[in-house]
Amino acid sequence: MRKDPNRVSGEPMTLNFGPQHPATHGTLRIVVELDGETVLKATPHLGYLHTGFEKLGEHHDYNQYIVVTDRMNYLSPLSNNFGYVLAVEKLMDIQVPERCEYVRVILAELSRIADHMIWLGMGALDLGAFTVMLYGFEEREKLYSIFEKTTGARLTTSYTRVGGLMRDIYDGFEEDVRTFLSTFPKTLKEVHTLLTRNRIWMDRTKDVGVVSAEDAIDYGLTGPCLRASGVDWDLRKAEPYSYYEEFDFDVPVGTNGDVYDRYLVRMEEMIQSGRIVQQALDNLPDGPVNVDDYKISLPTKEDAYGNIEGLIHHFKIIMDGHGVQPPAGEVYCATESPNGELGFYIVSDGSGKAYRIRIRPPSFMHFQAVPHMIEGGMVSDIVAVLGSLNIIAGELDR
Amino acid sequence: MENSQLLVFFLSSIGKILIIVHLLLIGVMAMIWAERRVSGWMQDRLGPNRVGFQGILQPIADGLKFLFKEDLIPDHVDKPLYVLAPAMLLVPAMVTIAVVPFGSSITILGNEIPLQIADINIGILYVLAVTSLGVYGVVLGAWASNNKYSLLGGLRSSAQMISYELTLGLAIIGVLMLTSSLSLREIAMAQGSYPWHWNFLIHFPAFLAFTTAMFAETNRLPFDLAEAEQELVAGYHTEYSSMKFAMFFMAEYMNMIVGSTVVVTLFLGGWHFFGLENIGGPVWSGLISFGIFFVKTAIFLFVFIWVRWTLPRFRYDQLMNLGWKFLLPVALTSIVVTGTLWIMTNSRLIVGIGNVVSAFIVVSIVAGLLVMKTPKPAIQDSDENSHQPLSTQ
Repeated sequence: MRKDPNRVSGEPMTLNFGPQHPATHGTLRIVVELDGETVLKATPHLGYLHTGFEKLGEHHDYNQYIVVTDRMNYLSPLSNNFGYVLAVEKLMDIQVPERCEYVRVILAELSRIADHMIWLGMGALDLGAFTVMLYGFEEREKLYSIFEKTTGARLTTSYTRVGGLMRDIYDGFEEDVRTFLSTFPKTLKEVHTLLTRNRIWMDRTKDVGVVSAEDAIDYGLTGPCLRASGVDWDLRKAEPYSYYEEFDFDVPVGTNGDVYDRYLVRMEEMIQSGRIVQQALDNLPDGPVNVDDYKISLPTKEDAYGNIEGLIHHFKIIMDGHGVQPPAGEVYCATESPNGELGFYIVSDGSGKAYRIRIRPPSFMHFQAVPHMIEGGMVSDIVAVLGSLNIIAGELDR
Repeated sequence: MENSQLLVFFLSSIGKILIIVHLLLIGVMAMIWAERRVSGWMQDRLGPNRVGFQGILQPIADGLKFLFKEDLIPDHVDKPLYVLAPAMLLVPAMVTIAVVPFGSSITILGNEIPLQIADINIGILYVLAVTSLGVYGVVLGAWASNNKYSLLGGLRSSAQMISYELTLGLAIIGVLMLTSSLSLREIAMAQGSYPWHWNFLIHFPAFLAFTTAMFAETNRLPFDLAEAEQELVAGYHTEYSSMKFAMFFMAEYMNMIVGSTVVVTLFLGGWHFFGLENIGGPVWSGLISFGIFFVKTAIFLFVFIWVRWTLPRFRYDQLMNLGWKFLLPVALTSIVVTGTLWIMTNSRLIVGIGNVVSAFIVVSIVAGLLVMKTPKPAIQDSDENSHQPLSTQ
């Protein structure tokens, strides 16, 4: 029930929503002015998880910085790794082997599923559906096992390298992923049964946090939040990278731009990601995963230990000031991360370290739209909206 | 009353009070354990299984932990009310059980002892009166905490409990009309041994309304707006710690148990089950009837747990809508229809059918009115299929 925000009865109450609040995943803070339970005014504050990620880019060399990207969107680190090296490769004008691109796409899409699973779980938890959260976590756990076997770490994957990957996928990767692909739609079906036509869920999410298509574009929303408002914009379709144009998948688009549509769009995106992974696995080419250029990627162990060329390059690429050195220039490269457009703007002065790295995280833009979505709503709508936007403080506060 | 009878009454009452209060307290612990294990089972995880066999001693470990926690009283609270509030919630929850009959009766040495602490003739009024006192604990606790989140939780709780109290009271009027008694024992006895005579079939809409209101009274999901940890941190007990918090916690579970026993007595035939309660001698039949009552309550408590871990939470205004626009009309209609049909036909079957049909009509009318009054969504281009994910390129 929306009240007229201008009709104030008595003195409004100021409530500090966060930074230590169960619904502000990470450390967000929203100062809300309440008339009873109705939100009159909301002021988002950020900076509680400031980590200096952008500044670190000026002190790390290009491969070292991959480790930092893990920590930005900590629900889908592989997508960040992917987006970052893509930007560096664009700057250096490298074409990585086809197999590498396919593996990157598979892992990026799997991490999209993992991200959406957690989003689903936490969003549902915020509305009181505890069980859905654990169903989501269970699927994510299966994915993290695959990631762990592939990259050696569950969260801090750091899997990509400029010009390739840390290492090739393991034997049996394909079976593991196919098993996951055949089982996770069952969980989605269960969640659909629990929530999609559930009267309480629909009441809580429909017409809550509505953003029209124009407003969504004006606020700079991207990803599922933009598409839920009815804008058919997906970088994988609009500006394909890494062979995305070769995959057959649909982009779900909502109509109302409310929490319910954002939920449905994300649910469908998981199915579509599954389709992409399936196709990528079917057509996974053989061959190396790293570019055949020892100035960019590490030599194989045989070369490093077997001949002097390899040994020298092995040292040089690790040594400060001798490794990956893109030409002077600047580049902006955006990828469709699970949350939306994740862009890396890199300025290079030709040395081994970036002159400046600037990140365009989707959450930053989403957070600025929060007052627009919750003003006029109720206290309970704040958590519904926050949950539906999936704001990750790690990338919000770089 | 002769002296010997008085003595028997006195001794048996003390015995019953001791047994029931302890059963209730143990029941709370069992419920906490059951809730955690059942939710674990529903959510593909284990739940506590380390302390004792299958984790059965976990609540005791938790209780000990609460006892040893620092009992913090913040400086900014209203101390007397702050200290009193948990007790004000716990005590009404506990004393309600006094009028609930938990079995038929046991005859020892020629003295018939009814399995009920006090069979007062206005039992149901007592239940309604005492349970509605519980809201004071919540509201005063929230108010005394001097915390904005607590305050919001307390306000929500008071609005919710008062609204649903009405439904709770109105839903049982039909039952009272057919039983012509306010005594819980007589209501249970009037239902007889067979499920098709029990009140939940005759007053099905009232049964649903009463059960829903019961969920709201106990502040459990989907009605746990007063706590709503994702919105209000912990709601009305945000500032409480140690045993004071544990008392709020216990009161919730005790309310559940007591609520279940009341529902079982009013609608689910009390201690009756296919004549099983009449088997055996004067002692055994009493014990069996207690067992039947116990099992029925346990099944109903399982439903409590089941619902909690399945449904999301209502929003404040939706909760009020449900209470005032659906449950209250259903309960009111149930009274009119039950009374009219009972006088006209004197047939329980017709009353039962009439209740279901009339409730269906009422809900349809209310839903229709609400749909007509609902403002259009902000964005105009929403079509009929807007709830479906649209896959376009």
